[in-house]
Amino acid sequence: MNELKLELKEKIIEQLNLEEFTVTDIDDDDALFGDGLGLDSIDALELIVMLDKDYGIQLTDPKEGKEVFQSITVLANYIAEHRTK
Amino acid sequence: MISLNGNTLFENKSEEFSTLIKSAYKDLDINYPKFFKMDNLSKLAFICADILINNSAKNESNIAIVLSNRASSLDTDRTFQKSISDIENHYPSPSIFVYTLPNICIGEISIKHQLYSENSFFIFDAFSPKELWVYAENLLKTNKAEKVLCGWVDFDENDYEAFLYIVENEGQIHHTINEIDRLYHTQ
Repeated sequence: MNELKLELKEKIIEQLNLEEFTVTDIDDDDALFGDGLGLDSIDALELIVMLDKDYGIQLTDPKEGKEVFQSITVLANYIAEHRTK
Repeated sequence: MISLNGNTLFENKSEEFSTLIKSAYKDLDINYPKFFKMDNLSKLAFICADILINNSAKNESNIAIVLSNRASSLDTDRTFQKSISDIENHYPSPSIFVYTLPNICIGEISIKHQLYSENSFFIFDAFSPKELWVYAENLLKTNKAEKVLCGWVDFDENDYEAFLYIVENEGQIHHTINEIDRLYHTQ
């Protein structure tokens, strides 16, 4: 699980162009949106594409997305349970 | 090279735009993390506009923006096209797609400087001072804006150029087509 969390941090920094962050700046339980990493709605769409492309998970319910993207811990648990890739 | 009123502010020998613009961002001490999410055209327009507004129109709100270029958003359009060309690997990037319009760079400038003003983006074959002059004069004479940020910001692969200026009713240089053309050619 820790390996997946690290992988997610690296992907988020790279794919969302968070140039001023390193993996050590992101705690597992930091909020990804709002006061945490400060991601926006376009970032959310990019994360949905990443889930589909890299883990074979398709999110279609916006409410589900809001829950899944709470933090790295929540996201990693969700991926571990639902991944097809 | 980036210059303001003929004075060099930043110079870097790098031929790669991404290296150069990142270096300019750091050197000019611009603290705006969203910069790194922008496409190349927006990065170019954003940095030049930021320098100009901070120098001569800081904290002003009624600044219209009239920009122009030749390549529209073609550079980002190509990147997006590549991302959707393989049907077997079809994952369009939302963050690239939002920059497939040239006037998005005006939005980035407006967000940073809290501008809720008139704006337009024109596509011309080449730098066209007459059209910029007509539009800026109209905005000022009809009191639609107190100042107008005008210019040319073009990006196509690694070929890029930006020339921006601010016009107001009581400016230091007379606002004429010839003066705009002269300043463009002396940059």
